[in-house]
Amino acid sequence: MTAEEFNAQLGLCQFLPGPNVINLAVVVGKRYQGLLGAIVAPVGLLAGPFVIVLLLALLYDHYGNLPLAQSMLRGIAAVGCGLLFAMAWRMGMALKDKALFLPFTVLTVASIAWLRWPMPSVMVAGLLLSGGVAWWRLGRK
Amino acid sequence: MNLVVELFLEFALLAFIAFGGATALLPEMHRVVVENHHWLDDTTFSHLYAIAQAAPGPNVLVVTLIGWEIAGLLGALAATVAMCLPMSIVIYLLIDRWESFSGKRWQKAISLGVAPLAVGLVFSGATLIAQSAELGWAAWGLVAVTVLINLRTKLHPLWLIAAGALMGLLGLI
Repeated sequence: MTAEEFNAQLGLCQFLPGPNVINLAVVVGKRYQGLLGAIVAPVGLLAGPFVIVLLLALLYDHYGNLPLAQSMLRGIAAVGCGLLFAMAWRMGMALKDKALFLPFTVLTVASIAWLRWPMPSVMVAGLLLSGGVAWWRLGRK
Repeated sequence: MNLVVELFLEFALLAFIAFGGATALLPEMHRVVVENHHWLDDTTFSHLYAIAQAAPGPNVLVVTLIGWEIAGLLGALAATVAMCLPMSIVIYLLIDRWESFSGKRWQKAISLGVAPLAVGLVFSGATLIAQSAELGWAAWGLVAVTVLINLRTKLHPLWLIAAGALMGLLGLI
């Protein structure tokens, strides 16, 4: 697979919903081994981490109530929260046409984080509005 | 309804709107799992997110942990498969036709249009974790420092996670 082909297919995986890595594993797997590859690649990718995460879950079930474990997880959650804010910032900075599209980010945050509206309806409405504006914008160029 | 089946159906529905991956789904998973069904409480939810952050592997595994805490091994499998399978099938069927879509105006419009929504979802996920972990002042300081270090330096996030774990252990957070 050439870098260009890879990028084009990564484009599809990022365009569609779902975990990008899994989507990409399906694409690469299908390309080399057909249906079997498309099954084996994502399963192979997930199997190891899946087991590790379940071992951690077992530890959590046994020791998660200890004050020490709780405070350690609080520290990690705080860092994880910071990483999410940083990721949002980076994604926001990468947006094209910020003046036009950042308002949709604000609307999404308002309806999801503040008003706590259900995400399926917010996404459908948001996609129609934001995608509509994008459609209009593309037509003007 | 059987708990595992219910979990599977809830998460399979979410898979279709997971623009931006599992991270973007954090607010909705919280809604479903904590607020609607009361399968987990706030603290556990934030702990599971923390464990998934610290663990190696794709961040979709937070779904596995949620499934495990709700319904054991079957729950973990059901939640993970529900999150990954629907779009895997769609991708499998679409990939060969992708080149004929790519570059079309409607495809570009969706790509452009979905990006600001994904930013909003990730941002909402961050505020949600902050709320369910009930962060205090010191923790907010750590959040701010994490944001700065992550944006300004190339330090691997695992170091930050280790530092957060240590500060937590020392009772600073």
